[in-house]
Amino acid sequence: MNRLTTKLQSLQKEKRKALSIFLTAGFPMMEKTIPLVKAIEKGGADILELGIPFSDPLADGPTIQFSSHVALENGITLSKIFSIVKEIRTFSEKPIVLMGYMNSLLAFGSEKFFASCFECGVDGIIIPDLPIEEAEEIILQAKEKNIATIFLASPTTTNERLKLLDEHSTGFLYCVSITGVTGARKNISSQTEKFLKRAKKIVKKNPLLVGFGISTKKDAQQIKGLCDGIIVGSALINLIRESKAREMEKNVCNFVRELRTGLDE
Amino acid sequence: MNKKLVTLNSKGHFGKFGGRFVPETLIAALDELEIAYNKAKNDSSFQKEFRLHLKDFAGRPTPLYFAERLSAKFRNTKIYLKREDLCHTGAHKINNTIGQILLAKKLNKKRIIAETGAGQHGVATATVAAKMGFDCVVYMGTKDMARQEMNVKRMQLLGAEVRGVTSGTQTLKDATNEAIRDWVANVRDTFYVLGSVVGPHPYPMMVRDFQKIIGEETREQILEKENRLPDILVACVGGGSNSIGLFFPFLNDDVKMFGVEAAGLGINTTQHAATLTKGKPGVLHGSFSYLLQDDDGQILPAHSISAGLDYPGVGPEHSFLKESGRVKYVSVTDDEALNALFELTKLEGIFPALESSHALAYLKKMKLNSKNEKIVVVNLSGRGEKDLPTILRG
Repeated sequence: MNRLTTKLQSLQKEKRKALSIFLTAGFPMMEKTIPLVKAIEKGGADILELGIPFSDPLADGPTIQFSSHVALENGITLSKIFSIVKEIRTFSEKPIVLMGYMNSLLAFGSEKFFASCFECGVDGIIIPDLPIEEAEEIILQAKEKNIATIFLASPTTTNERLKLLDEHSTGFLYCVSITGVTGARKNISSQTEKFLKRAKKIVKKNPLLVGFGISTKKDAQQIKGLCDGIIVGSALINLIRESKAREMEKNVCNFVRELRTGLDE
Repeated sequence: MNKKLVTLNSKGHFGKFGGRFVPETLIAALDELEIAYNKAKNDSSFQKEFRLHLKDFAGRPTPLYFAERLSAKFRNTKIYLKREDLCHTGAHKINNTIGQILLAKKLNKKRIIAETGAGQHGVATATVAAKMGFDCVVYMGTKDMARQEMNVKRMQLLGAEVRGVTSGTQTLKDATNEAIRDWVANVRDTFYVLGSVVGPHPYPMMVRDFQKIIGEETREQILEKENRLPDILVACVGGGSNSIGLFFPFLNDDVKMFGVEAAGLGINTTQHAATLTKGKPGVLHGSFSYLLQDDDGQILPAHSISAGLDYPGVGPEHSFLKESGRVKYVSVTDDEALNALFELTKLEGIFPALESSHALAYLKKMKLNSKNEKIVVVNLSGRGEKDLPTILRG
């Protein structure tokens, strides 16, 4: 068991919902990643997701395309992300999950990637362009280093595939709320509700965390009964974009706290 | 690692290349497409309809033309041109769009989307969408829209909506990202007509099958004219659909094949699109294949005078054919391609597309001086009118 599984199990025992917050590493400035991580932690997030910027993020909407682009301009690399994680581990024991595209892993070397994950204190990996069928080697390499492989399920995923995803996912199952890319949206759709009810019936092993389009306290309240936790990314990136540099951490902390309240009350 | 997870079944591989590297949302759609395509492949009524449209709408078979004056430039060499430039809409692209849009009809999809670089695939898609009564959205990088304005206007005349893509390098790569994002969001009623032998399975196989008519006709025509198979096939490679279309029916024969990539300003500069010559394997747009990328796996911008070859990826089957050694992949520069374009226009009265001019330019670099007569077939994949502004600017 690693920090991620331990955390999710203890939350389940306490009957609380998990709050996972996504931040593009190196956005909006290299030196802001650590202070923003601290603000996210202070606001009450359970899991920290760090995005590995990629030049061609085809599962992402305009917001995360933008933050990835800025981070790459700032000179972020996977090696630098591992250094950031190492630094986070000097002050935090929160579970850390990396989210990135397959080509970043392949270029780095997937075996070396998982060795670095282990060494620096990463607990899980999400690869949005790696469907389960292509994941055999990644799953085995991750397992060897005790890193969770978190697969995504979507409203178009059949029941049969949901079982397969549950079997091979570790940590949690990432439920994509809508058919679409990442990004804040106005409402939670009825499609999401239907999908989560179906997933709940089929998925036995993994907690269900819902992401894509979850952006407000209201969303959190509306959806918490249907899942084990939520993932928020684009809404936070938008908030950072709109914030003045000196208010960034404060705004982020308040935003995360609001989501926390939405899940807890 | 000897342990196997037996429940996982990856598919659509050419050796180690290919596969499906896409968001989970698309898996159901790719499965649906694969099943529909496999059914259509063995369905004689589908094949009959496909062939009929190729004949009466696209204008097939295209001639295999003996380029006598061009041949005279070489010793003991007969050069034949496969005239895909005479297809309706001006290039081989229409072979594939007819096939895919017929499938879209079978699947009862309401809406067609496509990506385009030079605009040739976009025009071919908009054309068949118009003919068959589909709504059509074409994604195109804003940089390409500026340099291929005529094709933008053509698509709009055909009733398609052209959506400019401003992200990244604002070219074909980014248009493809955006088309995939649209498909993820609208997967239930939308059919994605991909324009080359790239992307996730079953696209590389399916697009190849729709394009292999080029090689099948060539085979029949050369046997009729020369009573033997050609010695050498030459075709340009961007994503690789015209080349695989010509090569595929000859893969098991004693025929040499050359795929010609765009060397842009030179393969030792950063301004080229020679993916197989200079790239490394990786994942882009849904499959594992050679890519132009930096050490961190970020995709590098490609460059070619020809917008249709200006792409940092290549079809996975080409990566496989490169590594197996069956096809030799070479490259020619912008200038060499331009010279070949001028030469063919003057010698033969045929104005080739800049893409196809890359294949023509390689003739000069081949050792065509053997004592025995050599028969060479060059795929003239498209016509040059669309390139007039580029050439005049030159």
